[in-house]
Amino acid sequence: MDENFSAIAYLIASIFFIMALRGLSSPETARNGNMFGITGMVIAIATTLASPGVVSYDWIIVGLVIGGAIGDIIARRIQMTALPQLVAAFHSLVGLAAVFVASAAFYQPAAYGIGDFLNIPTPSMIEMSIGTAIGALTFTGSIIAFAKLQGIMSGAPIVFSGQHLLNAILGVIMVALVVMICTEQSEQLYWTIVGIALLLGISMIIPIGGADMPVVISMLNSYSGWAACGIGFTLSNPALIIVGALVGSSGAILSYVMCKGMNRSFISVILGGFGGEISTTDSVTGDRNVRAGSADDAAFIMKNASNVIIVPGYGMAVAQAQHALREMADLLKKEGINVRYAIHPVAGRMPGHMNVLLAEANVPYDEVLELDEINRDFPSTDVAFVIGANDVTNPAAKTDPQSAIYGMPILDVERAATVLFIKRSLGSGYAGVDNELFFRENTMMLFSDAKQMCEDIVKALE
Amino acid sequence: MVLESTLDQEQSVTEILKDGAEQGASLIQTTAIANSDGSFISMFTIFILAIFVGYYVIWNVTPALHSPLMSVTNAISSVIIVGALIAAGPKEIDVTDVNPAKIFGFVAVVLASINIFGGFMVTQRMLQMYKKRVR
Repeated sequence: MDENFSAIAYLIASIFFIMALRGLSSPETARNGNMFGITGMVIAIATTLASPGVVSYDWIIVGLVIGGAIGDIIARRIQMTALPQLVAAFHSLVGLAAVFVASAAFYQPAAYGIGDFLNIPTPSMIEMSIGTAIGALTFTGSIIAFAKLQGIMSGAPIVFSGQHLLNAILGVIMVALVVMICTEQSEQLYWTIVGIALLLGISMIIPIGGADMPVVISMLNSYSGWAACGIGFTLSNPALIIVGALVGSSGAILSYVMCKGMNRSFISVILGGFGGEISTTDSVTGDRNVRAGSADDAAFIMKNASNVIIVPGYGMAVAQAQHALREMADLLKKEGINVRYAIHPVAGRMPGHMNVLLAEANVPYDEVLELDEINRDFPSTDVAFVIGANDVTNPAAKTDPQSAIYGMPILDVERAATVLFIKRSLGSGYAGVDNELFFRENTMMLFSDAKQMCEDIVKALE
Repeated sequence: MVLESTLDQEQSVTEILKDGAEQGASLIQTTAIANSDGSFISMFTIFILAIFVGYYVIWNVTPALHSPLMSVTNAISSVIIVGALIAAGPKEIDVTDVNPAKIFGFVAVVLASINIFGGFMVTQRMLQMYKKRVR
């Protein structure tokens, strides 16, 4: 295929990719957006297959069929609650693919028009080593994130003394190696860079606790984009560079949004150590009164309300309570009660996770509102129904400068006339902070499993 | 004798270095000429502009769709498969002496296509669930 023609084709593919992201500005256009993305991908692949360097298709077809079949099975079988793990796993694949592509370019640079084996021009060598290094650390970092989210590894941060020093040393070694490989290219040096980057990926993610996972996933999303960019520079492929930059900035923006949702600085998240195991010790329960209620009480209160705001959190996903919750909301709506959902930016384990889970349970998306859209409505709300959320409702974030979550934007549920709080026990949330809300006069605690409680309320309502 | 040989060696080393440098320089020149329309600076321009496009497009994405955004960006970043295809595609010369590049390329094709198929499909699955209120 003519070189100019393929350049145009890659440009068209890139425009389709931009359109794919543009489509996500509203749920109505999003499905078209996804089709744009698929079209862009088909164009990019077809263009490459038609290029003069690609002549034997047997391995390619086998690879596409194997990969496609695996991807298909995973995408069909995955539970929506397991979405964060899936995304982490997919990021690791992008990272690993970047390493393999860079390695292929290292061993056969002629195919990419960048010199000969061990005689690659310096700029290409720099781009290649950066691409492979980011790819390798995305790979291991995502594996660790996957293990933490899947529960294979404890979500608690793993910290040891000298950790930051170790990371810094690894970083410095990496830079030194990249400089070295530019002056003298060798296989050993190349694989050492890959090895150090793999190590760095592990040591970067293990100190980051479970509560910070939304940031970690977004960050790794960003890294996978920059890795693609590095490879794009090596191959002088504009489509790859554009996509890499889009994905890189997307991940960076999501990380920023998540950090802001927790009032944490990006640096403090990276340094880690925050958000340990759920602490089971209750220091304050002994001498303070908690108003506990039953499903019947909750049903009675909600039946007599005219405005209900439901505040779901990760606990709802864990208990798989979203379907029972929607049934409850439907019954309330039948009574003429205005039911809406309030989503905190960091609810769940990845950006937008709660929205997907509610959508899966057939909750219309226009009933689901973001923090800044709905927060001012709490004072005029009769019942705030908190299910599986905790830290994101904790008033200590506004009042107690000593609190670990001080300054975090929260949903002002305490302003509602009555707060119904489903929880298994009085334990603190993921951030390990006690919630003052449990002891307020207008709070009624519903001690139960989230799903069980919703089902019981449904029975009481019927 | 020993001195002489080290001198010789030094001479040869400098010659090799000189040769290498010349070769490198000519190589950079040739590649620069060959890629005159794909030179670093034009690629860099594309890169920076794409970051800006990304910045404005992503801020327009509604927070409710942040999860599909992650899975779709994941799928499209697998366009890295173009690099894998180039590596897996050259004509095989000798079956007993397969270039590692071809194997790397093959593995990368598999990995990237898991992502492409899986990523787009799971995004589609998610987006199909978003429904408007029936009034």
